[in-house]
Amino acid sequence: MVENRPWLTVLSHAVVLIGLVIIAFPVWMTFVASTHDQQTMLRSPIPLLPGPHMVDNYVQILTEGYGGRFGSSKHTLELGWGPAKISITMSTIAMTMINSMIMALGITIGKIAISIIAAFAIVYFRFPFRMWFFWAIFITLMLPVEVRIVPTYGVVASLGMLDSYSGLIIPLIASATATFLFRQFFMSVPDELTEAARVDGAGPMRFFWDILLPMSRTTIAALFVIQFIYGWNQYLWPLLITTKESFYTVVMAVSRQANVVDSVPSWNLLMTMAMLAMLPPVLVVVFMQRQFVRGLVETEK
Amino acid sequence: MEKRVAFNERWLPYLLVSPQILITLVFFFWPSGQAIWQSVLLEDAFGGNSRFVFLDNFTHLLSDKDYYASARLTLVFSALVASVGLGVSLLLAVMADRIIRGATAYKAFLVWPYAVAPAVAGVLWGFLFNPSVGIVAWSLAAIGIEFNYVINGNQALALVVIAAVWNQVSYNFLFFLAGLQAIPKSLIEAAAIDGAGPGRRFWDIVFPLLSPTGFFLLVVNIIYAFFGTFGVVDSLTKGGPAKATEILVFKVYNDGFRGQDLGGSAAQSVILMIVVIALTVVQFRFIERRVHY
Repeated sequence: MVENRPWLTVLSHAVVLIGLVIIAFPVWMTFVASTHDQQTMLRSPIPLLPGPHMVDNYVQILTEGYGGRFGSSKHTLELGWGPAKISITMSTIAMTMINSMIMALGITIGKIAISIIAAFAIVYFRFPFRMWFFWAIFITLMLPVEVRIVPTYGVVASLGMLDSYSGLIIPLIASATATFLFRQFFMSVPDELTEAARVDGAGPMRFFWDILLPMSRTTIAALFVIQFIYGWNQYLWPLLITTKESFYTVVMAVSRQANVVDSVPSWNLLMTMAMLAMLPPVLVVVFMQRQFVRGLVETEK
Repeated sequence: MEKRVAFNERWLPYLLVSPQILITLVFFFWPSGQAIWQSVLLEDAFGGNSRFVFLDNFTHLLSDKDYYASARLTLVFSALVASVGLGVSLLLAVMADRIIRGATAYKAFLVWPYAVAPAVAGVLWGFLFNPSVGIVAWSLAAIGIEFNYVINGNQALALVVIAAVWNQVSYNFLFFLAGLQAIPKSLIEAAAIDGAGPGRRFWDIVFPLLSPTGFFLLVVNIIYAFFGTFGVVDSLTKGGPAKATEILVFKVYNDGFRGQDLGGSAAQSVILMIVVIALTVVQFRFIERRVHY
């Protein structure tokens, strides 16, 4: 610090703390609501501190469901085979969590995989139309899903990909930002490494697997965090292309349930659902904070 | 910039770029082309007959009162989201930058709202302001302010702005903080020795040096307000009450999917594409300049 001004330091702490409280408040109230029973949540004013029904609410949401729209059907998941086979019965909402996880991981891994090989081709090879490909990828930056909703839906429908995991994942895995990030990183890799690999007789794919991929670890980790959040939080796309509840994502389920007018609303259960929808991406950010900040700053360059 | 060393393979590079290019062609270029094509057609809802109407969809759109209202609303909305969002996060970043002890802990607590889906953020704020159980609505009523975003259009807009800003604050904060930390301490110290107080130092040194970051964030926030807030609007207000929160991107969805007006929706898509392209060009030109800065 330049000089010692105690009152200014106190002010700084105060402002940041007030900011923190305001920013955390919605999530705190959501958590509180998810720990009370239905009757308590209908009393006015609602409590500001957690209650004793947390476990009940979460168990009910994951095994029985919300009741009404998201409580009617059950899903059975079978894992393993032969004598080791186990089957788990769960609610539609638990199923939507699994769908979100499949979608988020599919988008994340897919994006990283196709971007890293595309960047590898563009940086390490000379071939006709190379720059043409580069610009074709670049221009996708300018066309977010939101601006071409109806025609993209039409394309996906004509390919028979509605209500499927491939429909949820594949249209979203083309990524200009990831390709650029890898390109930028590959440009910074010293040419001596490539030369050494060539002298030792390594072909391009050998060089990619044994040298380039291990070196890209930190870039991959940063991208993983950003893309996982992006994939988990998708809303418009799954809203368009899913009609069956068994393909809904949890973010969609929360939003839909919030807009249903119940005769007696179960705020405790709705907020339990909201907590579950927030938990995975928030945990990823909290536990991979360094990669998150890196990814955020670098993907915007 | 080019690599000196390259591999010589005939087919391998094409194989490597093909997944990315294929997906880009099928899910970006084809639909965008169709959007442009549909925007000059008049199609019935079942896709049976369509005829070429040239720019009728656009002239129709530009003479539509609803479209103007939605466009104006979008401008007001993005101006609010950008100004409130940047103001709040700049204040937090400047204060957090002053704090030496505990700065990382504060940062850790400020970054996670970014991880909450916009649609879920809408549900959270809707709960706080819910007319019957919302704790904030109840507190406002206790001091004599009646807040009901379900029937009051201005209050609905205010709530959508709050939820959208909340979702974006951590992003702005991180960039502002990084910008602040990049300012050389020697400049601040020199000004302090010359007798400039903290306020003077902020306006004369920190603020101008932070303006590239601020401008970059302004563009990002406008793009976010235009396109990234669909989830907030859809789960909070569905564009209502009485279209008070029907921003352009929501209108494209509403007209195309609910209203089945494909040509009109496509024409809106094309206009939005032009807006995004313009904004992206501004952003890139600016970033390029910053690199040579």
